[in-house]
Amino acid sequence: MNQLSAKQLRDKIATRQTSSVEATKAVFARIAKIEPTIGAFISTFEEQAIARAAEIDKRIAAGEKVGQLAGVPVAVKDVMCTTFGTTTCASKILANFHAPYNATVVEKLLAADAIIIGKTNCDEFAMGSSTENSGLKQTVNPWDTKRVPGGSSGGSTAAVAAGLCYAALGSDTGGSIRQPASLCGVVGLKPTYGRVSRYGLVAYGSSLDQIGPITQTVEDCALMLNVIAGHDPADSTSVDEKTSPVTDYLAKLNESVKGLKIGIASSFNAGADEQVRKAIDEAIQTYKKLGGTIVEIDMPHLDYAIAAYYMVATAEASSNLARYDGVHYGHRTKNPNDYIEVYTKSRAEGFGKEVKRRIMLGTYALSSGYYDAYYLKALKVRNLIRGDFVRAFEKCDCIMMPVAPTTAFKIGEKVDDPLKMYLSDIYTIAANLAGIPGISIPCGFDDKQLPIGLQILSPAFSEEKLLRIAQMYEKQTDWHKKRPLI
Amino acid sequence: MDKKIDKSQVKKVAKLARLDLSEAEIEEFAGQLNAIIDYVERMNTLNTEGVEPMAHCLPVSNVFRQDIIKESLGTEKTLANAPEQDGAFFKVPKILEEP
Repeated sequence: MNQLSAKQLRDKIATRQTSSVEATKAVFARIAKIEPTIGAFISTFEEQAIARAAEIDKRIAAGEKVGQLAGVPVAVKDVMCTTFGTTTCASKILANFHAPYNATVVEKLLAADAIIIGKTNCDEFAMGSSTENSGLKQTVNPWDTKRVPGGSSGGSTAAVAAGLCYAALGSDTGGSIRQPASLCGVVGLKPTYGRVSRYGLVAYGSSLDQIGPITQTVEDCALMLNVIAGHDPADSTSVDEKTSPVTDYLAKLNESVKGLKIGIASSFNAGADEQVRKAIDEAIQTYKKLGGTIVEIDMPHLDYAIAAYYMVATAEASSNLARYDGVHYGHRTKNPNDYIEVYTKSRAEGFGKEVKRRIMLGTYALSSGYYDAYYLKALKVRNLIRGDFVRAFEKCDCIMMPVAPTTAFKIGEKVDDPLKMYLSDIYTIAANLAGIPGISIPCGFDDKQLPIGLQILSPAFSEEKLLRIAQMYEKQTDWHKKRPLI
Repeated sequence: MDKKIDKSQVKKVAKLARLDLSEAEIEEFAGQLNAIIDYVERMNTLNTEGVEPMAHCLPVSNVFRQDIIKESLGTEKTLANAPEQDGAFFKVPKILEEP
């Protein structure tokens, strides 16, 4: 399917060359046809979406001022609260949960007049790298339906790749936007920690979680960030705009960065598969032709990022997920013998295996006698990793590396070996620990016609420049225009 | 290999985490958690003496706001998702024994 970008669609709707109703109906026709194969959505809102589209068309016809995403069908990962439909986090424990308020990002999408068409599947509570940990359904990769879409935002990336929506939101705690974007051949941005409000994002690792856009183009990514970025009084970790102002990310997008200095950590990148490395090297060559220079950087602590991450993230998760107690909301076990069993059995019945595993790991890391050796040690290593980036960015504008060591792997290939699954996060995790932004953009295919992503990392709150750097490459290449034949 | 997490350790942690694990899960987790912790211990090869623990990547602390009374969620919405409720309270099984 030859699909318009979100911005192209918005402009066509605004100039009445097409209508939002037409676009929304076309999306639902496509969902009816291929969603049974892809499994990207946990819920869809056809009736509501078409009604809203009609309303926006009417406002445009009347010459009223409309928002930045007026009439564009978008999807939201089902870890963000919506007052319509359910908010399940792909977990049985929240299968029937109806959120009492909208996440700030949802309010912002609605204020921008976007059409929210559905909520996408993911790993349960965003814990995973393949979307296989969803407690509710399986999502497949649109490029090869025997393979995973990546995770945890695999439903959002599969939906964008398969043309089931024009753009989507994901969340990224250790790579959950960038890795599935890479595996599905779309653009995915994890903004700086604090750039986008987390209010109404169901918490996994609170010091690492960040919401970001998943789109077909870098330009769409800038457009979506324009809509969702900014301080929110309801999230005390969202950054004050006096300190780090939000800019118009589209305004200077096409201005290339002069004298671009690209940091490369050669020895670290060497761990990726040969075909991935080759695609990354070729992308870097393209940047060189555009005037970029390579700076070799030393990142001695990145090899410890996975170890530190799986202590910090699970410790925070074990605390965050204590709220699922079978009392206030969510699943409660039938016929408990006492109040303790309300907790222990409700949680045992409601949580899937990976969530239990991470709660166990985090509880262990925080428990008496182990806290210093594991949790506190991980926080110190986290500081060393942040230091690696601080030193590197004194010498370069951005760092380029693979997003994932491999292209999409087969469904079931890694489910029995959690450590092996964790190790596939090697390139994405450090950005979350350091709080810096990172983007994945399509940069090629392997010999199985599976997409490969280039990751670009930049200093905190430099999204404007990061997007400009990404745009320089996208304008030179056609990878982002390739779509799976499904 | 020194086994750091055995089955009794898994049971103890499961109790702390309020998770009722099956025997099969206890067995499985003992092996997997042990492998993960073993991997995590590579951190011990790093000298972190004098390094400040970093719990958060932003230099934010004590974010204050004006103490203004706003409308809250209300009883009906608050209780709407409760597994059991009586219109005013969340209902749970009896916690205290008869005296």
